[in-house]
Amino acid sequence: MISKRNSREKASPFRWTLAKKKIVWAYIFLAIPIVFFAYIRIYPTFFAFQMSLHDYNPMAVEQPFVGFENYEKVFTELSKKKSITKSAFQNTISYVVFGVPIQLCLALCIALMLNEIRFMSTLYRILFFLPFVTSTIAIAWVFRMLYQPRFGLFNVILQWLSLPQQPFLKRPEQALPSILALVIWQGMGFAVIIFLAGLKQIPRTYYEAAEVDGASRWHTFRYITFPLLNPSIVYLLVLQTISFLRMFAPVIAMTEQGSGGPLNSTTTVVLRVYREAFQSFNMGYASSMTVVLFAMILGVTIVQLSITSRRIN
Amino acid sequence: MRLSKLLAIVMVAILFGTLGAATGAQDMVEIEYWQYNFGARVDAMNMLIEQFEAENPGIKVVHNSDIPYADFRTELAASAPAGVGPDVVTLFYGWIPAFVDAGYLVPLPDDPFSEEFILETFSPMVANSKFEGSYWAIPTAVRSLALFWNKDIFADAGLDPESPPGTLDEMVEAAIATTQYDGDMKDVLSITRMGHAPALASQDHHWFREVLIRQYGGAPYSDDGRTVTYNSEEGCAAFSWLAAFETEHVTGSNDILDGATNAFVNGESALHIDGSFRVGTIARNNPDLNYGVTELPVGPNGERHTFGSYWTHGITRRANDDPARLEAAVKFLQFITTPEAGTLWVNNVGELPAQATAAADEMILADPILGAFSAGLAYSHATFFVDESAQRQVLIDAFDNIRLGGMDPCEALDEAAAAEQELIDAFWADR
Repeated sequence: MISKRNSREKASPFRWTLAKKKIVWAYIFLAIPIVFFAYIRIYPTFFAFQMSLHDYNPMAVEQPFVGFENYEKVFTELSKKKSITKSAFQNTISYVVFGVPIQLCLALCIALMLNEIRFMSTLYRILFFLPFVTSTIAIAWVFRMLYQPRFGLFNVILQWLSLPQQPFLKRPEQALPSILALVIWQGMGFAVIIFLAGLKQIPRTYYEAAEVDGASRWHTFRYITFPLLNPSIVYLLVLQTISFLRMFAPVIAMTEQGSGGPLNSTTTVVLRVYREAFQSFNMGYASSMTVVLFAMILGVTIVQLSITSRRIN
Repeated sequence: MRLSKLLAIVMVAILFGTLGAATGAQDMVEIEYWQYNFGARVDAMNMLIEQFEAENPGIKVVHNSDIPYADFRTELAASAPAGVGPDVVTLFYGWIPAFVDAGYLVPLPDDPFSEEFILETFSPMVANSKFEGSYWAIPTAVRSLALFWNKDIFADAGLDPESPPGTLDEMVEAAIATTQYDGDMKDVLSITRMGHAPALASQDHHWFREVLIRQYGGAPYSDDGRTVTYNSEEGCAAFSWLAAFETEHVTGSNDILDGATNAFVNGESALHIDGSFRVGTIARNNPDLNYGVTELPVGPNGERHTFGSYWTHGITRRANDDPARLEAAVKFLQFITTPEAGTLWVNNVGELPAQATAAADEMILADPILGAFSAGLAYSHATFFVDESAQRQVLIDAFDNIRLGGMDPCEALDEAAAAEQELIDAFWADR
């Protein structure tokens, strides 16, 4: 038996070492998630590109090829004085432009404060992180009630303070900030935790040296904390920008019949995609909007990375 | 050890279970029926399926009613490319053109659904929905709009609880008389009890389209349904009248008290325009509500109109692919659209039978709640929608432009007409 096996091993042209075998097994195990990822994520992405070139109706038998007609439609809609698609892109930009900086500034302030305290610091961290791990839809519905005219908590508080009642989600000029406030609050816990981790990485000796040199608190922050936090800031900037660009769930949950109203004041590109694809069945047009959004996200991310990720000494 | 044994037993059981089911089903034709989840309709359809299966032992109907309204079309759209889905499907009549456009539905077979049969047997609004020379769906029941009023609020405001408003002017008076505010401020956010809240997102866009415009002497669309004509002088007068409830008389708004419909169901609104299906909602959620239903008020020209609509059953391309399933589907469709099915439906769901005779049924006409809806069938109109959600949104936005943006009603309506015309043109351009 033994001699037979030995002779076969000698005959084999490959003699894998243990290390090589380990690597092969690693690849075999990795292949499973990669195949899954390719089928569930990458293939649909390319399929969206393909759909955007067709007059794609999921229920139809044939999907006629239309070239770039869907993209033309996106750009004609965008060039109109007023259109739902244009509102969707404008609102999405507003969510990013106001949402990301406000969220990161607040999160940084909170992280700096949390970094100072020792007593009950874990409890505070949990409190700030809790909204992030709660379902967005559930939170959105709770906020929808809090924002209610007359009986919502916010209006009850205004009444106690003898301040005028606010319509919040019911008026075009207040609806977007109302939704934005919720999204900023909900995602903040995540940013706080990342900032705290970043702050812990900064060696204490730098602060001691600064103290010896008589640097003010502002100078310490400006020249030590902020530059050394750069990796965390870049990471969060990119991640939060992407998440604000993809805003969908809070808007569909908090507006009347998920319309992105009133008067399209809160609708986003993704909500627009959803409504075009699944309510009007213009899947080709919807796909072309996702491709435009994809290009936007890619562009913004590349620019952000190239500007902010320079090494700081 | 014990766990793996148990697992093995379970797996063997599943294997044999499926095998058994498969052999048992060999001589059975199985068809799938889908509708969205609405408690009363699901129960009524379960009863019909039970009766149908008893009469047709060779056919099994799988009833899928787990899908919420908001996801219904999404699920259908997702199921089609996957090669699964219903053989018989219930759709809102306004969605039919889009589903025909996609090739999802097949025309109803001439036998037994010939044109003469449909014209003779069914309510005129059903016969009107012939599209491209064919009938694509047929309903069990139809609905119309009527005016709901809260008798307790009427009595409390010093009005006769038994005499609802009969004209548009009387309706405004009653709405003003029954509205209550918190403090002296007469603004929407101070309303504690609504007289009438115009709610375009629910039924009022239909009321405007098919009723108010006609009562002001205009027409919503051209005769072929392909041109929007509501942005006329008459349309503008009608739209202004409707908007005045919120902007001028301040008798209510869909933004407060959890929306117009819920406010009426909860007894916080005096007047409400809705369909017969709301009767069931009230019975379930607030059975003690002391209310009545009357025909929609007559307009300045003295005419009566109402909006008629229906959920209707069609046969899908999937059923058409297999002769046995198609035959079963046709049989099933025939069974659920008989007058007997209609009677079962009216008793369980509150929608009126789709047969023309129902409009003259003395029993139904004498019913204090259903009578008003039944009377309306004689003068009801069903809008031809190419994209119901988008067309509704156009009027919601026009109304919001007036009440939130302070836009002139005529200008808002012009904008809406242009947007809706674009939707209609886009639909016909592809055909």
